[in-house]
Amino acid sequence: MFTDFDFDVISRSLPYLWQGMSFTLGLTFLSMAGGIFLGTLLALMRLSSLRVLNMPAGAYVNLLRSTPLILVIFWFYFLVPLAMKKLSGDAYAQGIGPFYSALIAFAMFEAAYYCEIIRAGVQSVPRGQVHAAYALGLSYRQAMMKVVLPQAFRNMIPILLTQGIILFQDTSLVYVVGLTDFMGAAGKVAQRDGRLVEMYLFAALVYFLLCFSASHVVKRLQARYNVGR
Amino acid sequence: MIEINNISKWYGSFQVLRNCSTRVEKGEVVVVCGPSGSGKSTLIKCVNGLEPFQKGEVLVDGISVGAPGTDLPKLRSHIGMVFQNFELFPHMSVTDNINLGQIKVLGRSREEATGKSMKLLERVGVKEQAPKYPGQLSGGQQQRVAIARALAMDPIAMLFDEPTSALDPEMINEVLDVMVKLATEGMTMMVVTHEMGFARKVAHRVIFMDEGQIIEDATKEDFFGKPRSDRAQLFLSKILHH
Repeated sequence: MFTDFDFDVISRSLPYLWQGMSFTLGLTFLSMAGGIFLGTLLALMRLSSLRVLNMPAGAYVNLLRSTPLILVIFWFYFLVPLAMKKLSGDAYAQGIGPFYSALIAFAMFEAAYYCEIIRAGVQSVPRGQVHAAYALGLSYRQAMMKVVLPQAFRNMIPILLTQGIILFQDTSLVYVVGLTDFMGAAGKVAQRDGRLVEMYLFAALVYFLLCFSASHVVKRLQARYNVGR
Repeated sequence: MIEINNISKWYGSFQVLRNCSTRVEKGEVVVVCGPSGSGKSTLIKCVNGLEPFQKGEVLVDGISVGAPGTDLPKLRSHIGMVFQNFELFPHMSVTDNINLGQIKVLGRSREEATGKSMKLLERVGVKEQAPKYPGQLSGGQQQRVAIARALAMDPIAMLFDEPTSALDPEMINEVLDVMVKLATEGMTMMVVTHEMGFARKVAHRVIFMDEGQIIEDATKEDFFGKPRSDRAQLFLSKILHH
């Protein structure tokens, strides 16, 4: 049966697949950046002793971590336009489009996970470091920016990247709002040319190679940081 | 300079400080000693507000540390503090460690700060370590850098929280030498330590604490000379044994 395989289909559709891959990579990096930014804010809120800050952040994290990602993507895609119509009173108000709604959904969903990673990272910095920063007269903000977060992020780089690898795989879910990422592009070619096995094998191979080498990098980083301490 | 009036502090239902009162005059060196868990470190951390307290009052240069309106960062920038575990920032070079507060808090330029840092590093005898990272230095060197970092803020007083307890024996003297020099130059100092040699040499007063209370607050001569409380005597006999 293997003689029937036509692997030419891959080279023929490479430009289109590359378009899908650049979409996947773009969405991954943007969501990661947004997720880490939001996650840092959430983590600082959760670490605050003020209930008005830590309660909402805790509720947000628990809610999103108990919700399937695909549902969050749907929510944003269908509910945001509805909400905008309601809010603006304009029955023809446009949504923000599938790309931005997916990006926001991913960033907000990932933020919940990054929040917990960053919170643990901040707590891994010894209390004495915070005391030393305060004793010099640094403000909370300065102590965080100059002393705590740089050390916390250094400890967290491996696990942040691991979460990024998971995100990279999860972006394939954007097909539900009609976006074409690498997985979607491979799927479309497969359907069009009737080459399901070849295309899906190729897609799996690409995902595997990228994720495997990325996690190898993570492992090496981990080893390096462990030596430094 | 530093005035501590009747402060009490609780961790939950456990009282760590019981009505502690003392004062440190300008130019005075006060040594605080006592068994571990007696509240010495907590007391000294109340002076610059690193540890909050529930009752009483701490005044530094007339400014109340615990009062809600106090600009704590500004007050802390006037008081140098040296910690048991050095607490240098491991992700910064030695120079950057000493520059940080000068640039961020005092608003000095990088050149000005670096100039000052180098002078201080020379003073504590580790100038050649300037470009290194704290992890590459010995404990004694790290603690001397930490002293330089505190001095860079031109403090009106210095707090030392067991500065030699985490050091290997052969490194204790290099740190004590710096502290003795500082004391003889007239720096106001409050020092939590078990180094009775240091106390004998430069302290004006010695405070003995036990179970969150100040048991003795005496001049050096009285503390080491005249009869004193049983608990202080017992403590001294234990640590002066060797």
